[in-house]
Amino acid sequence: MDRGVSSNPIRRYNYQGDPLAEPPPADLMEILDRYRGERDALITVLEEIQARYRYLPAKPLQFVSRELGFPLSLIYGIATFYNVFRLTAPGRYLVRVCKGTACHVNRSSTMIEHLSEKLGITEDETTPDGLFTLQTVACVGACSLAPVMVVNEQTYGRMTPDLSWGIILKVLAQEGPRDQAEQ
Amino acid sequence: MSTLIRIGTSTCGLAAGAEGVVSAIRTDLDRRQVEVTVQRTGCLGACHNEPLVEVTDGEKAVLYGPVDPEHVDLILDRHFGGGAAQEQELSLILSRRPDHTDFPFLARQTKVTTRLCGVIDPLSLDEYLANGGYMALREALTMAPERVIAIVKDSRLRGRGGAGFPTGAKWEITRKQAASPKFLICNADEGDPGAFMNRTMIEGDPHRLLEGMLIAAWAIGASKGYLYVRAEYPLAVEALRNAVGQAAEYGVTGKNILGSGMDFEFVIKEGAGAFVCGEETALMHSIEGLRGTPSMRPPYPSVSGLWGFPTNINNVESLASIPSIILQGPSWFASLGTEQSGGTKAFALTGVVRASGLVEVPLGTPLRILVEEIGRGCKNDRPVKAVQLGGPSGGCVPAELLDTRIDYEDLRRTGAIMGSGGMVVVDDTTCMVDFARYFLTFTQDESCGKCVPCRVGTRKMLAVLTKITQGQGTRADLERLKRLCETVRTASLCGLGLTAPNPVLTTLRYFEQEYISHVDAGTCPAGICSMRPSAATPDA
Repeated sequence: MDRGVSSNPIRRYNYQGDPLAEPPPADLMEILDRYRGERDALITVLEEIQARYRYLPAKPLQFVSRELGFPLSLIYGIATFYNVFRLTAPGRYLVRVCKGTACHVNRSSTMIEHLSEKLGITEDETTPDGLFTLQTVACVGACSLAPVMVVNEQTYGRMTPDLSWGIILKVLAQEGPRDQAEQ
Repeated sequence: MSTLIRIGTSTCGLAAGAEGVVSAIRTDLDRRQVEVTVQRTGCLGACHNEPLVEVTDGEKAVLYGPVDPEHVDLILDRHFGGGAAQEQELSLILSRRPDHTDFPFLARQTKVTTRLCGVIDPLSLDEYLANGGYMALREALTMAPERVIAIVKDSRLRGRGGAGFPTGAKWEITRKQAASPKFLICNADEGDPGAFMNRTMIEGDPHRLLEGMLIAAWAIGASKGYLYVRAEYPLAVEALRNAVGQAAEYGVTGKNILGSGMDFEFVIKEGAGAFVCGEETALMHSIEGLRGTPSMRPPYPSVSGLWGFPTNINNVESLASIPSIILQGPSWFASLGTEQSGGTKAFALTGVVRASGLVEVPLGTPLRILVEEIGRGCKNDRPVKAVQLGGPSGGCVPAELLDTRIDYEDLRRTGAIMGSGGMVVVDDTTCMVDFARYFLTFTQDESCGKCVPCRVGTRKMLAVLTKITQGQGTRADLERLKRLCETVRTASLCGLGLTAPNPVLTTLRYFEQEYISHVDAGTCPAGICSMRPSAATPDA
């Protein structure tokens, strides 16, 4: 396939010293190929890229622009508009504390403060060892078990500041031996 | 039917530890070498008692909760080991009847849209079919589309997203448009914090929603249906994907469905976490792959929607009501509700109530029934202070108005709204100024920024509220806050801004004294705000 010529009028990036002279990696190309020509697919494409990389790195976004013909301004417009997209790499464990109404009235803010103090990071930051990123989430819909915390895909209900830290410690304990094994 | 063990494994059940209970039951059954089907179901609604386990043979049933893995042996011993009932195990029994009429939390409810949630395996089409699934579609397809619309109009079903527009009338407008193709959208972007009605319905009984959409598509003449679901609900997305695949195999999507001549396909679109996308024009832009910002109406989506074509947008609960309306008749549905609106409404009852979860009641039920009888009042025997309805777009109903009927008009008179179903009960340890500020933090954050009144107005309102909660507010600030509320609710472009002042306006209306304490005396009566502690601080 000739990637230099496009039938799409928006796609006209092909300048000297192109930083994207190399073709995209195969797994990214596979995503892009599936949505080629679909004008409404941009959000879905970004969701798939984030599922692949855990965030939206700059280079794949540039490939989206060049391959699918969306202006980078539009891509970044979408990536910064919607809450699910991240432009920086998260830690290995994404710790999300729910701040929905039920969680709020059941004092989820004290849990955020506690985790923040113990981990030594504030909201949206990642610990220096790259293990934990602390975030809040609007609502995960498990309000009857408020306050709620989500670590990667696992949801924990009926939390207290101490219980939530206990879960982090459990995660850390599972991490420890594996790290040593890797060394 | 043979003996069955049901376990609720919706998001809420899993958060309470249902996965551990499932494996404990499987291990225990293996050890006993008894052949019993373990069925993973959606949520019965009694989330406060999760994980829920029900042992049933159809005739007899015992519902247990909250079940820990260590209870499993005791429970199975009673049913399969001939062991005597032990005290600890008995204390877990919530109900001994298959219809749960002896369990107050469920007994006071009337389940229509959530009837099969917690009863069937949501991933099994066969179980849906065995419970009358797709019968309503078959019946609707024998009728003229106009007849279906007439039935929905007669049922007095109104939009369950919160605005309450009559569903049948909306369908009729879309039906009458000459342009083609026509689209149908199911709004499952349940963005209100504190709401999980749609999540429970989709995770528990996804085919009901698809059936409702197929009937709607027949009525309006739509050829494609979008399911716009929150990405924050991974299990709901999975349940829908599975159901859409099964529907295709079963032959209720595709070409010439059940010989009716109707062609229809489903498309699942995952939302990307923007509250404003619950607004219909913003939602459509999001489906088109753009930033989810709203547009001026008119034209309304029914006339010019997705890519300029007539588009009908309905909420999950509205669509999930349709199969029952077709099968049981519009007069039955209408008789469940009030003079102006028929049927039932599901609420996510949460906050500080003893029993929380998903509650479905007929329209016209007084709020008090939900708070005091179903929810059993506040934890720690504290008095109920207020009920917040409709999330960031809604308002607070104070305890003295708990006899208000749940109905679009009655609730609007209190300054609150029906909303999509979030119902948060708060007690006297909640500061209403802080509560209003909480919602403003949310709306300010979620304002898309397209129109100035909302973008700047919510920011200014939040600044004033923050100043007050920090003990720096004055009487002049209260006046400024009221003026800002008026401007934002008059001049904003879409529902997000138009309703953003509601949490402030209703708390000002019913709890103005609390605001005055903050600005005059510099005290927070509930002791929540970060100002000097007040003498009236209740003990924690």
